[in-house]
Amino acid sequence: MATLTEAPPPLSPTAPTAPTAKPPRKRGRWTPYLLLLPGLLWLFVFFALPMIYQASTSVQTGSLEEGYKVTWHLATYWDALSEYWPQFLRSVLYAAAATILCLVLGYPLAYLIAFRAGRWRNLIMILVIAPFFTSFLIRTLAWKTILADGGPVVGALNTLHVLDVTSWLGWTAGDRVLATPLAVVCGLTYNFLPFMILPLYTSLERIDGRLHEAAGDLYARPVTTFRKVTFPLSMPGVVSGTLLTFIPAAGDYVNAELLGSTDTRMIGNVIQTQFLRVLDYPTAAALSFILMAAILLMVTLYIRRSGTEDLV
Amino acid sequence: MKTTNSGSGDVRLTGISKTYGSFAAVQPLDLTVPQGSFFALLGASGCGKTTTLRMIAGLEEPSSGTVHLGDQDVTALPPYKRPVNTVFQSYALFPHLDIFENVAFGLRRRGIKSVKKQVEDMLELVQLGEQARKKPHQLSGGQQQRVAVARALINTPKVLLLDEPLGALDLKLRRQMQLELKRIQTEVGITFVHVTHDQEEAMTMADTVAVMNAGRVEQLGSPTDLYENPNTTFVANFLGTSNLIEAEVDTKSGDDIVLKAGGGKLVLPESRCSAPTTAGGKVLVGVRPEKISLTHADAAGEIPEGRNRITGRIANSSFIGVSTQYVIDTSVCPEFEVYAQNIDRDARLAPGAEVVLHWSPAHTFGLDAAQDIDAGIQEEAAL
Repeated sequence: MATLTEAPPPLSPTAPTAPTAKPPRKRGRWTPYLLLLPGLLWLFVFFALPMIYQASTSVQTGSLEEGYKVTWHLATYWDALSEYWPQFLRSVLYAAAATILCLVLGYPLAYLIAFRAGRWRNLIMILVIAPFFTSFLIRTLAWKTILADGGPVVGALNTLHVLDVTSWLGWTAGDRVLATPLAVVCGLTYNFLPFMILPLYTSLERIDGRLHEAAGDLYARPVTTFRKVTFPLSMPGVVSGTLLTFIPAAGDYVNAELLGSTDTRMIGNVIQTQFLRVLDYPTAAALSFILMAAILLMVTLYIRRSGTEDLV
Repeated sequence: MKTTNSGSGDVRLTGISKTYGSFAAVQPLDLTVPQGSFFALLGASGCGKTTTLRMIAGLEEPSSGTVHLGDQDVTALPPYKRPVNTVFQSYALFPHLDIFENVAFGLRRRGIKSVKKQVEDMLELVQLGEQARKKPHQLSGGQQQRVAVARALINTPKVLLLDEPLGALDLKLRRQMQLELKRIQTEVGITFVHVTHDQEEAMTMADTVAVMNAGRVEQLGSPTDLYENPNTTFVANFLGTSNLIEAEVDTKSGDDIVLKAGGGKLVLPESRCSAPTTAGGKVLVGVRPEKISLTHADAAGEIPEGRNRITGRIANSSFIGVSTQYVIDTSVCPEFEVYAQNIDRDARLAPGAEVVLHWSPAHTFGLDAAQDIDAGIQEEAAL
């Protein structure tokens, strides 16, 4: 009996619990900022600092041997642009072509997955994402084999006289596909297709099926229903899909490097060469900034035009 | 505005059914909705009423049977070729179009160029003229509901189909919209087919109600007809409340049937009995709670002759203002419900009091005793 009464020592009402009363309020006030901190630090170290460093590099002059100094030599920008504008233009054209191809190929597939796939939906989704399980480089190299001279694809296109037309248009050269603009655009399209399909699928899938029924009920044929209801409602997906395709495609250099030739160099290739081979850092940095500014400008105009803020 | 000479614009369903795999959503049924009428399909969820409606709209393909609009067989027509329009449950307004364009949608699809006047008139009819340039999500539930009605009505369809159009609204707004829809229907004279699970809604609005249960029509008639003269226990219990007593046929005298129930005798007019009656056979006798009068056992002598009477004891009473609802233990039925108007309240009618329940034989109805006596009760309680 004695042990029992002894066992639970009475809780002392004094000291240790008292100070905890205050901190929760203080911690509550600072928690949001503390939670933001890792992200902000990350952005600062890996985004803001390199940007500042790059910006300073772009206005430096000097040489590799004597070192570079900031001299506010803005002429580098003008020189870079006047020398490499064809590559800039080519990048925009290739990226735009790839984006349009992605949209044309991706929309029907996203539509199918969202509305018609039924129990196959998940399987098709996995197939769309599956290429990500291999590296970007390997996938692009595989296209080298697919489009190889004398390969089955080129053979088939040749037999069908498709290559005559594309060569006349300047997209291919003779009976070659590899090392031509067509090959680069094909590679870009293939590599960025999932970035088109996923946002398209997400916005199509969100559309209430009863809206299709309502449109049908109000005398809209299936084609009209698509034009007047489905497509407008999928605009957020179209906009984000095209952006997610166009932006990385415009700066890409792997496809042009592996599937193209010196005549298909994109701005990414130029920047890469300037940084890693020529070691002309100011020009490379200036080119990077011009590309960034150009893309920013185009995206802003595009979003303004497509008026996504009106969409639900 | 309402046309009485039927024929040209009736909706006729002939042997129509719908099965999903082995599940029969709608059993083969025949139904005619007269032109210009306000017709309600009433039933609990899953009874097949919405499927029936969707087959009229063309959104669901019937497994068998045909749909006629007037003389035209529309069974094989896709929805966009049918002269019917639907007000969808939760409205299905186009979120990317403003109210004006939502309402104009049907007209534009039919290639009508100058829609402005028509749309404005229609928005005026549903009192939304001010809201024309707003997007659907900027409107309240009641306003969205009216847009949905306007969007359908503007096409002057032969038939307007309404799929639980008031389900998403709160009670007060629902009452208001019921009257509003009724007003619009009388004004435009278009046939309305209204699907609902709310028996009160069906009875207030419709000229004719079809009560559906488990894929078939239990009974079809005017609201008063259904209420006063139900043919099945489901209808008796689903529409309002009924007291059902199991009784045995004793004799027939003239137009009346005399029945034995719990030692007493009850009289039922033969015309109000939907079941076959043979001496010794069982019948369910029904009476509505508000038709019954209560008299304290001490005053039993004052009850006029010729009324059906049952004795019991008050188990519970609840005062709800306009009336008092009593639950009474009787010899024939353990929970007899009686609603008494609060005109002259007898203070002796308190729980525990011995009472006599009596009502006019004309208010009695008879049902086939082979049915489930509780059919339709659960469904109503769940709503």
